[in-house]
Amino acid sequence: MEPIILHGRKVMGGVVEGEALVTKETISGWGGIDVKTGVIIDLRHELAGASFAGKVLVFWGAKGSSGWSSQFHQARNNGVAPLAMVFNETTTKAALGCVVTRCPGVTGLDKDPTEVIRTGDWVRVNGDAGTVEILRRKA
Amino acid sequence: MRLTDTEKAMLGGDEGLAIQKAMEILVRYGEALGAERLLDTQNVAGYLIARKDNMKRRGTDSFDVLFSEFNIDSDEPFEFGRVKVPSCQMETDMEPDYYLLSGRTEEDKQLYERNMDWLRKLGVKPMCTCTPYQVGNVPVKGEHCAWMESSAVIYINSVLGARTNCEGTESTTAAMLTGKIPDWGYHQDEYRRGTHHIQVETPVVSQKDYGLLGYWVGKIVQDKVPVITGMQGGAANRDLLKHFGAAAASAGGIEMYHMPGITADASTLAEALGGNKPESLKFGEAEKRYAYELLNSCGTNTDVDFIMLGCPHYSIDQIETVARLVEGKKIKNGVNFWVFAAQPIKDLAIRCGYADIIEKAGGLLMRDCCPALGQFKPSGAKVMATDSGKQAHYLPNFTGIESWYGSVEECVEAAVSGKWGGAL
Repeated sequence: MEPIILHGRKVMGGVVEGEALVTKETISGWGGIDVKTGVIIDLRHELAGASFAGKVLVFWGAKGSSGWSSQFHQARNNGVAPLAMVFNETTTKAALGCVVTRCPGVTGLDKDPTEVIRTGDWVRVNGDAGTVEILRRKA
Repeated sequence: MRLTDTEKAMLGGDEGLAIQKAMEILVRYGEALGAERLLDTQNVAGYLIARKDNMKRRGTDSFDVLFSEFNIDSDEPFEFGRVKVPSCQMETDMEPDYYLLSGRTEEDKQLYERNMDWLRKLGVKPMCTCTPYQVGNVPVKGEHCAWMESSAVIYINSVLGARTNCEGTESTTAAMLTGKIPDWGYHQDEYRRGTHHIQVETPVVSQKDYGLLGYWVGKIVQDKVPVITGMQGGAANRDLLKHFGAAAASAGGIEMYHMPGITADASTLAEALGGNKPESLKFGEAEKRYAYELLNSCGTNTDVDFIMLGCPHYSIDQIETVARLVEGKKIKNGVNFWVFAAQPIKDLAIRCGYADIIEKAGGLLMRDCCPALGQFKPSGAKVMATDSGKQAHYLPNFTGIESWYGSVEECVEAAVSGKWGGAL
């Protein structure tokens, strides 16, 4: 396949490769995720029941309570954090959440990642360069 | 980010390990935001309450060790010392007097009291409320703050014209230790300008109406900046705007809104928009009904056993209203009637005689905490009625309880009869 590379801005540095979990919706931290399992528990969310543990979480942005960062922080402490975060809308919640999750993060991409990347795609997130590359499409 | 010489020295460790670690997380956070600098704040409201399971997992009973990790994201534990700027504790996760009623234990209570001692040592004022602005912390227009708690953030940004983002536990704790926060978002004029124009075309008068308007606006504009015009009926006041904002911040992520002529930043629609071309929407009868039905979609059983009032924490005037409504009546046996407020407001309610009236009727006036935040409810409770859009939104998610949203009068009627009879 033709390599697809999205260019944006670094949120957090680091380079990882992994499977993408994609949603066009915003995600709640507090009240939205289970910090012990990494599962999205917001019953009104399209990813309800899915786990982001060890995945590249591609999402629109963060919503809800100011407890967002603390929830992802605890998910990291419990070993169920996302591998990387890729999002469209920068808010204090998403930025601080990415920082304390200590995972590579990219935002401000030249194409909408929630449109271009599909759940199951194998992607490389280069936080330092601010790029996301789709290496392999889900079969 | 560009740091001043003083900030560089703090980051370099000249003022000790605590301030160094706090600066490290602020710089990482500021860079993640794309902020260019830090600004000074003298007003921080955050959250430093220990969770028993986190302490057990970390294998420590030291608050310094726990919060070094959870609130500053430091791998190296440090002694906190004293906070550098005026700081307060937001609402907590436990009621210190009636904790047994919601399944908490004596051990929880002891941890809580040790936690309060630690806050005192740190110099963090244990206001223990989601409404510091009701108990003396009233920021002025233009004041740069670092606050958590979405309902408080939207209130001080909009109603008071203070400047804060919706901060988190790590950024507020770091701000307490350093007096610094990234200069980004609602600290800057351009972010505060209106993006959506909401024309209100139905009377919005009661607290119930304000909650519905807030819930609908939040649902529609998500985290943008709505400008609301056409408010008719009585004048807005603190309690109405408090409920509007809490609902708006729950349904979406609104941190800032304008009601020109009422809120602080702008007197006219044009001033609120500041040149932005807004998306225009109307709030009429259909929109009000949509919000009402959405908020009341988590209930089918009308046998109510929990009345939750005081989200956000009640003012003294709201407690007076409840006291007048329940005076001489009896809460039905088996119905938990809980009213939440900050401790100083509870103290005032005791002096005013309202607490006594509420207790005689069979209710309890509670302090410090919030069921949604503590993820608790009265043991065994299955169906809640509340006058809070925020609580109706969150508590079913956490506890599986069914919920009804209505006016305080409807909540009191349900408390006495045991039956929900609310309607739009």
